[in-house]
Amino acid sequence: MSKKVILLLLLLSSFLMQSQLINVSGVVKDALNGDVLPGVGISVKGTTIGTQTDFDGFYRLSKVKNGSVLVYNYLGYKVKEVIVNMETINVLLTQATESLDEIVVIGYGTQSKKEVTGAVSVVSSATIEDLNPTRIEQALQGQVAGVNITQSSGSPGAASNIRIRGVSTNGDSRPLILLDGRVIDDLSVVNPSDIESINILKDASAGIYGVRAANGVILVKTKSGRKNTDFQSILNVSTGFQNTTRELPLLNATEYAMLANEAYAANGEALPFPNVNGLGQGTNWQNSVFETAPIYSIDYTLNKGTEKSTYSLGLSVTSQDGIVGGDKANFNRRNIRFNFDTDITDNLKFTSSTIYTNTNKKNLIENALGSILFNALNMPSTTSVYDSNGNFSLPPAIGTGIEVANPLAQIDNTNNRNWVNKISGSYGLSYKFLDYFTAETRYQANYAITNSNTYNKIANFGNGNVFNVDLGTFTDYSQSFFDYTFDTFINYERVYNDVHSVKAMLGTSVFKTTGRFQTILTSNASGEDLNGVEIGTPVLNGDGLEIFRNNNNGDNLVFDSRLLSYFTRLQYAYDGKYLFSAVLRRDGSTNFGPKNKFGFFPTASVGWVASEEDFLQDSDIVSFLKFRASYGIIGNDRIPGFRFVSVLNGEAEYVFNNELVQGIALGPIANPEIKWEEQKPLDIGVDLELFDKVSITMDYFKKTTEDLLVSAQTSGIIGVAAPGSSVPVVNAGTVVNSGFEFAIGYRESISEDFDFNVNYNFTTLDNNVTFVGNSTGIIEGGSFGVGQDPPSRMEAGFPIGYFYGYQTDGLFQTQADVDSHATQTNAAPGDLRFVDTNGDGTIDADDRTYIGDPIADVTMGLNLSFNYKNFDFNAYAFASIGNEIVRNYERTLPLTNRATYFLDRWTGPGTSNTVPRVTTGATGNNLFSDFFVEDGSFLRLQSVQLGYSVGEAALEKLQFNKLRFYVSASNLFTLTKYKGYDPTTSNGAPIGGGIDQGFYPSPKTFLFGMNVNF
Amino acid sequence: MKKIHIKKYLVAILFLAVTISCSDDFVDVQPTGDNSEDFFNSEEDYQNALIGAYDMLQSSYLNVMLGEIASDNTLAGGESATNVLGIQEVDDMIHTSQNVQLRDIWSWMFAGVNRANYILEFKDKTDFDGKEQVIAEATFLRAYYYFELVKWFGDVPLSVDKRIEFGEQFTIDRTPKAEIYVQLEADLTFAANNLPYVQGTAGRVTKGAAQALLGKIYLYQQKYDEAAAVLDDLILNGPHDLVADYNSIFEESGENNIESVFEVQYFENQGASFACFQCSEGNIAVGFSGIRNYSGPEFTSGFSFNVPVQEAYDAFEAGDLRRDVAILDINAWAASTGATFGEGYEHTGYFNRKYIPRTRGANAQGDKNLTNPNNYRAIRFADVLLMAAEAFNRSSSPNDTKAQAYLNRVRERAFGNSTRNIVATGDNLYNNILEERRTELVGEGHRFFDLVRTGKAAQSINGFVAGKHEVFPIPAIEIQLAGNRWSQNPNY
Repeated sequence: MSKKVILLLLLLSSFLMQSQLINVSGVVKDALNGDVLPGVGISVKGTTIGTQTDFDGFYRLSKVKNGSVLVYNYLGYKVKEVIVNMETINVLLTQATESLDEIVVIGYGTQSKKEVTGAVSVVSSATIEDLNPTRIEQALQGQVAGVNITQSSGSPGAASNIRIRGVSTNGDSRPLILLDGRVIDDLSVVNPSDIESINILKDASAGIYGVRAANGVILVKTKSGRKNTDFQSILNVSTGFQNTTRELPLLNATEYAMLANEAYAANGEALPFPNVNGLGQGTNWQNSVFETAPIYSIDYTLNKGTEKSTYSLGLSVTSQDGIVGGDKANFNRRNIRFNFDTDITDNLKFTSSTIYTNTNKKNLIENALGSILFNALNMPSTTSVYDSNGNFSLPPAIGTGIEVANPLAQIDNTNNRNWVNKISGSYGLSYKFLDYFTAETRYQANYAITNSNTYNKIANFGNGNVFNVDLGTFTDYSQSFFDYTFDTFINYERVYNDVHSVKAMLGTSVFKTTGRFQTILTSNASGEDLNGVEIGTPVLNGDGLEIFRNNNNGDNLVFDSRLLSYFTRLQYAYDGKYLFSAVLRRDGSTNFGPKNKFGFFPTASVGWVASEEDFLQDSDIVSFLKFRASYGIIGNDRIPGFRFVSVLNGEAEYVFNNELVQGIALGPIANPEIKWEEQKPLDIGVDLELFDKVSITMDYFKKTTEDLLVSAQTSGIIGVAAPGSSVPVVNAGTVVNSGFEFAIGYRESISEDFDFNVNYNFTTLDNNVTFVGNSTGIIEGGSFGVGQDPPSRMEAGFPIGYFYGYQTDGLFQTQADVDSHATQTNAAPGDLRFVDTNGDGTIDADDRTYIGDPIADVTMGLNLSFNYKNFDFNAYAFASIGNEIVRNYERTLPLTNRATYFLDRWTGPGTSNTVPRVTTGATGNNLFSDFFVEDGSFLRLQSVQLGYSVGEAALEKLQFNKLRFYVSASNLFTLTKYKGYDPTTSNGAPIGGGIDQGFYPSPKTFLFGMNVNF
Repeated sequence: MKKIHIKKYLVAILFLAVTISCSDDFVDVQPTGDNSEDFFNSEEDYQNALIGAYDMLQSSYLNVMLGEIASDNTLAGGESATNVLGIQEVDDMIHTSQNVQLRDIWSWMFAGVNRANYILEFKDKTDFDGKEQVIAEATFLRAYYYFELVKWFGDVPLSVDKRIEFGEQFTIDRTPKAEIYVQLEADLTFAANNLPYVQGTAGRVTKGAAQALLGKIYLYQQKYDEAAAVLDDLILNGPHDLVADYNSIFEESGENNIESVFEVQYFENQGASFACFQCSEGNIAVGFSGIRNYSGPEFTSGFSFNVPVQEAYDAFEAGDLRRDVAILDINAWAASTGATFGEGYEHTGYFNRKYIPRTRGANAQGDKNLTNPNNYRAIRFADVLLMAAEAFNRSSSPNDTKAQAYLNRVRERAFGNSTRNIVATGDNLYNNILEERRTELVGEGHRFFDLVRTGKAAQSINGFVAGKHEVFPIPAIEIQLAGNRWSQNPNY
């Protein structure tokens, strides 16, 4: 098939006629200051013929058809078009004040923003420079409508959860991220200063990536140099410190002891603190856990361009300690980037980008039962940090359960490090031929070695504590990954009769990723810490072999996953007014069985640039107006591998002669019919620009994801509960995400000294599961408390991952209240009154119902910046409204500490109708109910930055091009009603997210920094 | 112009070459691991699959623990009234449709059935020396798992020499218990005929195990004559005997001793997690039954489930040496050793000393609560003697002399001499034998089913309703997932 298309394209090109050819030359300058502009791209419209200006802004084009149109393209300037009618054409370019001429990367090609028919958002390097984020996700959060970012933790280097237009699957809902065309999992490996632009494909336009596109695509492009420029250095240095944003109000020792006494007395038990006098304030565990932590970063970029080539080198180092654990939560990263592009011949171009990354991260136990912050909240305030011998003190022998431990002892006993060495590169050749064709081939690869060492030192955290270590162990875990993407495609681009613009693209892509895992576990490890650890003896199995295992779930120790794709795109524009684009991609994936190995993914979009019509062409108000719509079918292939075939990879281990023997057993139950999840995204949008100053983008979207992969509950009689087995996955679920995006930007120069820029956006989101096709119609997830039923569900008629528990209706005030209510086990006055939702007169598990969901109804961001003389100021804030969070960091045992809201508890009829009584007796108060579900809405001032740039006179003396000093504060304050640390964090699980077991809060960061260009 | 043409074709050829080289078989990658339908090509394959079938024995820890908790021997305990709701429900004889633990027993035992049946499905594929024994072991294991299912749930779907495959859950019916027993009798007879009394490998099924289980299954059906015959054969011809010191049985040194007729093997040197109890190679019931927040000699901490009641402690006659081996009086122990401990829910002051965590060796690995190495002595010779005594007492031509002799062998060890021997006959002897079963086997998971099969459950267990609680309800979701065709057990 591809053969025929090429022949056709070759035939089309033979119609090419050449006549009235002239040689054109000239100089390109800045319209404002008259500076010559080197490196301006000049092309003959509708062809691939082009050149660039040299150091002196001079260009020359030979044999250009008289009457054709030259297009002058320069980053940050308005595109200019000139009709060829003489041999000397000098051009003045004006700086772009709006973003319409921005180049948008759309996958295997680019387009000007004017022509784009899909919902694509661009974050430019200018924005990234303005925001100066420590991590790239911060430049997306609240900046781009439809993109919602939560952090799984505020700890240094923790991964972020990026969701584009809602949660569209119960499985892996991460978008596809491509760094210069190569797949990366996590943006944390990239230095923000290395980025030229970030393009986000939010709708069916992502369909060019076919089976991987359903969660949206993020295209990250790194900086390359500019032709005909001299050495240019950019040095950015910043240093500062971080603090916690808040400490939760907890009971002090006296309050704690009195409440404990009250709880024991309520159950008729002896008082644990017969004398509360002199207990005073006691220990503030949070004070001792949180610390002020340093952060610094240095990056240096060196650019250079010759007539034929561009070079860009980037070096960076960044290091950040944790506000919990300090150095024990350190994250640091070193990057080396080198981009080199060159024109081998006039029409053969080589591009390259190579990045080496080294990251080191240490982890503390967080957001779990028994994590550091969980313990800081639950340790009794009567217990001191150290005992009289100067050792870490233990929690009381009884009354605090077996997970609560001295958090400082835990930090002290945490010894691990994880490091990644990764080299990745993209190398491409593009060849222009026959005026209208460009053939391009690119090879993009990543190689990474990940290691982690964990030393579990002998430790005692209290009698029977689950974290006690009696025997030192050492684990060495290593993974190696290699993947490559090999793309080849051909573009045809031509304008017929000056009005019919046709672009066609045909390509193929091959992707392969392989990996290998290895774990070595040793026992009898000893030593003070990781630096001095004696690793002990390898743990052996019955055959005398070292135990190499991944985990108990029968996962493979190696993997090999591949994708083979063909794709084509046709774009047509009539007179710049009527735009049409269609994409078809065929993907073959190793994730699917023979029955569904290959899939076709068609998408299409249309646009109408109304402002080009006569009735608007001369409007003073409307400078640009475009309507667009897109629809298609795209896929999500992130499903477990090889679930279409029954493989003997289950766990079979037994003990003969007192030694472990390994056998073979069936793995997960196979489903030969398994296929990708299929999404049908609809987008209708408007781009509007008023007075050349106000830009507005509005989108309505509705994404229906069908064939969701559901781990269906399956009858136990087929053996699904065996170790290493699992239920078959079936395509049986549908979720709909719909919403409205609105973004407005306003830019104004009041005077030469003062200009400002305001951007605001909001996104509404309605997530609704419409079908869950397993036998029960329900998928459960998450955990709450100890040994309780899963609190989160996916079920038709509700948002994905909604909270399912008891609804409360105040407290029982009197025994008469209890007696007149539906029968509720263990109920007494002062207890939570559960609603008998099914009206059967008994409160039981069947009365549980919807009590909230973790998905925000509206998210929004506001970015404000101005420049006044040498000062610049930038602030941005974002907000999330309508999401709920489950408070699950309270252990609620007889002697664990509590938050101060318990001071307003019920103590007798009429004393409270919200906070239940305290008692050590059996109550239903700890069952999962809306008492634990809180409004997680928030408004956060994410960043405030004030900069001062040294004036030109001084710069000249210093021989700098730019010298700027700034101070910035991030995460300065958060307005929220949520009682926990941080409403912005979530573990990101589609089912089971939004449950707070003591999140590591995002720190408040203060930075002082300097930018120098020379 | 010529040069341009060459380049043009070069590009076209290059492009085509890339396209063609990536033919569709690029995405045909074989998974690692053998395909399940192309296996059993060597003895090693059979032996490996057999290990898989044995593996599920370890998850029967839950059957053992809940068998005690359901009976009048112990209470659920744990941290609080909401700590593992399913265990609390079994204790209180209130079984909701959502009981996770009952579903675990159902699913784990069927997983064992399927792993055994996987071997038997392919039993004729490849021949090798000693294959009969592999088949016999697999057959025993299937019978073991099925017997557990019948004890807990009554009628269950029976599949012989064939896995129950995905989709078949919608067509397979529950097989009447009596029919399953017929199959189990045949299976165990076959196993007994093809297995040696002594295996070279500790942990493998023996002829004695098959005979003992067969005898037990006869007993459960009141087939006393058949039970007496097979058990007597085992007692007289088998290699087993009682060990002298009852206390030594439940320590590590007492594992796989001469009294052990069938023993489920556990291992401490491998990790485990709360996410997959059936994946642990350790005995999870041990950690669950341990003393909460314990600090002191000999034992280590646990989750304080399965706590014996005063009545169980008092069931021992004065002078019975077994009492303090079987049940730990924690207050007395703390007073004498200075040990400290915490009190959990339903604290009785007693712990199931046979199966609580012992202080582990210096090299013990893994989670202390989930990977205890204590083997479960599933069928002890003392159990065989008592079963035989019962069978002879109840048989169509009772032999109380033999019944007394077997009973008294057990009692003589319990009291250290023959002064407490039983001389009663008939129904009195029968009751004595049943009493002896309670004290000899307390904490070992047999009590509830003994009470049920002898019709004494309703009078002994609080909340037990005759005609209902003899079997547990089939997990409601399992009925649903099998297409809502099965009827629930009576009165649930």
